[in-house]
Amino acid sequence: MQRVGVFVCWCGSNIAATVDVEKVAEVLAKEPGVVFSTNYQYMCSQAGQEMIQESIAKYNLTGVVICSCSPRMHENTFRKTCEKAGLNPYMVEIANIREQCSWIHKDKETATEKAVILGRAAIAKVHLNAPLTSGTSPVKKRALVIGGGIAGIQTALDIADAGFDVDIVEKEPTIGGKMTQIDKTFPTLDCAACILTPKMVDAAQNEKIHIYSYSEVSSVKGFVGNFKVTIKKKARYVDETKCTGCGLCTEKCPQKKVPNAFNLGLDNRRAIYIPFAQAVPKVATIDADYCTMLKSGKCGVCSKVCTAGAIDYTQKDAFIEQEYGAIVVATGFNPIKLDQYDEFAYSQSPDVVTSLEFERLMNAAGPTGGTLLRPSDGQHPHTIVFVQCVGSRCDDSKGKPYCSKICCMYTAKHAMLCREKYPDTDVYVFYIDVRTPGKNFDEFYRRAVEEYGVHYVKGMVGKVVPENGKLKVQASDLIGNQQLHIDADMVVLAAAIEPDKSARPLATMLTASMDTNDFFTEAHPKLRPVESPTAGIFLSGACQGPKDIPETVAQASAAAAKVIGLLNKDHLVCNPCTAQPDELMCNGCSSCEKVCPYGAITYVDKEFRGPNRTTLLRRVAQVNPAVCQGCGACTVACPSGAMDLKGFSNKQIMAEVDAICR
Amino acid sequence: MQERLKQKATQLLENGTVDRILGWKAGEFFYDLTPAVFTTKEQIEKDFVFNVFAGANLSKYLIAESRKGGKVAAFIKPCDSYSFQQLLKEHRIWRDNVYVVGVQCDGMCDAAKLGDGVLSVKEEGENLIVDTLYGEKTVLKADAIADRCASCKSKKIVIFDELIGEQGEETENDRFGEIARLEAMSPEERFEFWRGELSRCIRCNACRNVCPACSCEKCVFDNANSGVRNKAAADSFEENMFHIIRAFHVTGRCTDCGECSRVCPQNIPLHLLNRKMIKDINELYGPYQAGADMDTKPPLTNFTVDDCEPSIVHERGGQ
Repeated sequence: MQRVGVFVCWCGSNIAATVDVEKVAEVLAKEPGVVFSTNYQYMCSQAGQEMIQESIAKYNLTGVVICSCSPRMHENTFRKTCEKAGLNPYMVEIANIREQCSWIHKDKETATEKAVILGRAAIAKVHLNAPLTSGTSPVKKRALVIGGGIAGIQTALDIADAGFDVDIVEKEPTIGGKMTQIDKTFPTLDCAACILTPKMVDAAQNEKIHIYSYSEVSSVKGFVGNFKVTIKKKARYVDETKCTGCGLCTEKCPQKKVPNAFNLGLDNRRAIYIPFAQAVPKVATIDADYCTMLKSGKCGVCSKVCTAGAIDYTQKDAFIEQEYGAIVVATGFNPIKLDQYDEFAYSQSPDVVTSLEFERLMNAAGPTGGTLLRPSDGQHPHTIVFVQCVGSRCDDSKGKPYCSKICCMYTAKHAMLCREKYPDTDVYVFYIDVRTPGKNFDEFYRRAVEEYGVHYVKGMVGKVVPENGKLKVQASDLIGNQQLHIDADMVVLAAAIEPDKSARPLATMLTASMDTNDFFTEAHPKLRPVESPTAGIFLSGACQGPKDIPETVAQASAAAAKVIGLLNKDHLVCNPCTAQPDELMCNGCSSCEKVCPYGAITYVDKEFRGPNRTTLLRRVAQVNPAVCQGCGACTVACPSGAMDLKGFSNKQIMAEVDAICR
Repeated sequence: MQERLKQKATQLLENGTVDRILGWKAGEFFYDLTPAVFTTKEQIEKDFVFNVFAGANLSKYLIAESRKGGKVAAFIKPCDSYSFQQLLKEHRIWRDNVYVVGVQCDGMCDAAKLGDGVLSVKEEGENLIVDTLYGEKTVLKADAIADRCASCKSKKIVIFDELIGEQGEETENDRFGEIARLEAMSPEERFEFWRGELSRCIRCNACRNVCPACSCEKCVFDNANSGVRNKAAADSFEENMFHIIRAFHVTGRCTDCGECSRVCPQNIPLHLLNRKMIKDINELYGPYQAGADMDTKPPLTNFTVDDCEPSIVHERGGQ
């Protein structure tokens, strides 16, 4: 029998206020095998740890039970403490009497009773614990960044700067992301392209960075340090190695009526295209949905004009397998679809646009060459109404419950730019609140109001009706307590932003968790904001929550720092709690092999001794402990109960349940 | 039919294709057909039986038989072929050592439906001529057909080396009607129904022993290490739990052969538990028939993004 020591922590008043710690220590002292039981104010303190170490020596403890906070907090601390005292670290069990007991109960008597039960379960388990030794696994020194927007680019540049190879997978034909579509950036009003394109070029020229454009991640296997990723390189029907980006094909292609996605459909492009002048890589791509040659086999103009001979109509999707030590998710955001907001007449009038469309209408490389013109008739708008929070901070099912964070600032920017370029324009902004918490943000907004004379009206627009070439805007002014009727030429909707649609299936592939809004969750919202709870997966940019550019870049670099820390290690210490089959019970049915997400299980035909000196050949499972991550999926899939998890064996779990039910 | 099977068995032995034949012989009663291994022409001549009572599924016996060295021929009916293929899929049977003779099946009869004092039964077309202690009577074969055969899922023999009789097709029988009836009950009614049925269990383990899906090297209920072997039942519900646990254990692997109900000495309709699981799998993960092929992945050990989420319990009215 083990000689067990029980250490009950007060956690100041966190536990002691609702749990009678003295009584817990007293009752648990009577449990079988317990030779020492005590309580102390802070077990995790230096003094607390020394007390544990001294007790191990004094009472010859072979097992230690700590009744304290969640094992996520201090399990490692106590394992190290005991290891220093000569005990195997896996002979330590934590009974969580804080998160699972004192914090959630008010009645001291009930909480004390529960703490005793939790302690009893841990003691029952520690009796069946066996010393375990960790192995190590090598770290593949290469990182994958999924998404090539400003977040992905920054992360990749920082990782490459530390000397590690990094691949960017971008689903569009060019990297750059949403920032390429933005005209100016707040609060300094510098041109987005001017600050972004040098970074895109840096990424392209960096020897350590490889860009997979027009590509997607199609499968992810493995674990931290050893991910195996399949990248699908979509057929762009142009040989990237030959295309010089001269753009002749994009001028000669006879298919002129393709909505230009880069300009959000505000103008048309050809079926073969380069999204914009500074695209990286500057390589043409054929849009298979519109290309006459690909659809009917008749045309071939681009191939005739291409002097480099880069056009290849027979190109197929290619799959590339690559190994990575770390993966960074930087999948970004999109404005929500406004189909459900027809009160603003978005689908009825081309003069009702989203803010991102407005960016394109203001941009020199946009459909109007940078002159603000109404999409309907190409006239200068004289009255523009901006509507804030379209779909943000919505409690109904059609919108998003959260604040999209960037809209207040970009709308102030839009309003200011309008007034500056076209002083004859009347600009109204309808808002719920104006939120400007950022460096120089409030000053920026106040400039819009005070210096540029933008009419900020607290209140929402109720209805927009297109009538005789005007947009009749009906709105309420809550401060003036009056209804407003404005004949506007344009209405700009600050649509809420949401995570890119590709994020959800990607999260499934990565086994990374998401919140109800499909934003990736952090390992800890305050203390580990750039890591996913899944080891080796890091978060960069708006995929984790709405962010503006400075914040995105800061987080991108933070994620890179975490990746560099990981890739700097040659080996990672493995979890010794791995699966182990009982070969005598194994049926060889392959159920475990099918559910193993890490490919750690293989089968061998093995000879066993049968009755009467016979030999039986049986197919049995074998686990590679260097690859097994101890998830336990195989133990529950095994129909015969032959598979067990070291440190969490079926027997240990049953012992805990029995102790709880006693 | 019996003669054709006997001829085939003899021929396979004599031409050296196999050295053993797995078939049936009469058990304690003439209608109680039992799986048996034959090694000589004489044994076959004397004991081999195939008639409307040859319900026993021979697939499970091939786990042991296929590992004994040499080659064994087995007569496999349509529903047995699903079990056979499922076991192949689980690497339980060594295919190279088995010669499968598929046998057309028109449904097996339930001797209990013929009444008391049955002395012998003769097949004459659609009728059974039943000689009893109280005289001879003619029973329509359809009236004596076993319940599981009345709701037969398929007449198709999914795997075979050779066929005797005609290959059949999947049938349109409504297997799940009775399950739907149970589902329509209130939880209390359903609990009472199952208490009524399962409380008769005497834990003879016949269902487990006959079940082709219950073929673990060592059953947890026989394993001293498992902590549940020979455990005295703390209350009468524990026997009920045995069946519920077993139903979960074979979920996704049960082919609905119905052997569990056939062998139950207490006439508990155990197949209904398994069928409920099959129905749920069909509804939650899309239609799936265990043993129908060698390639499809069993839904419970496979993942697709379309799989139902745990919240399905809630959506279906669970607590």
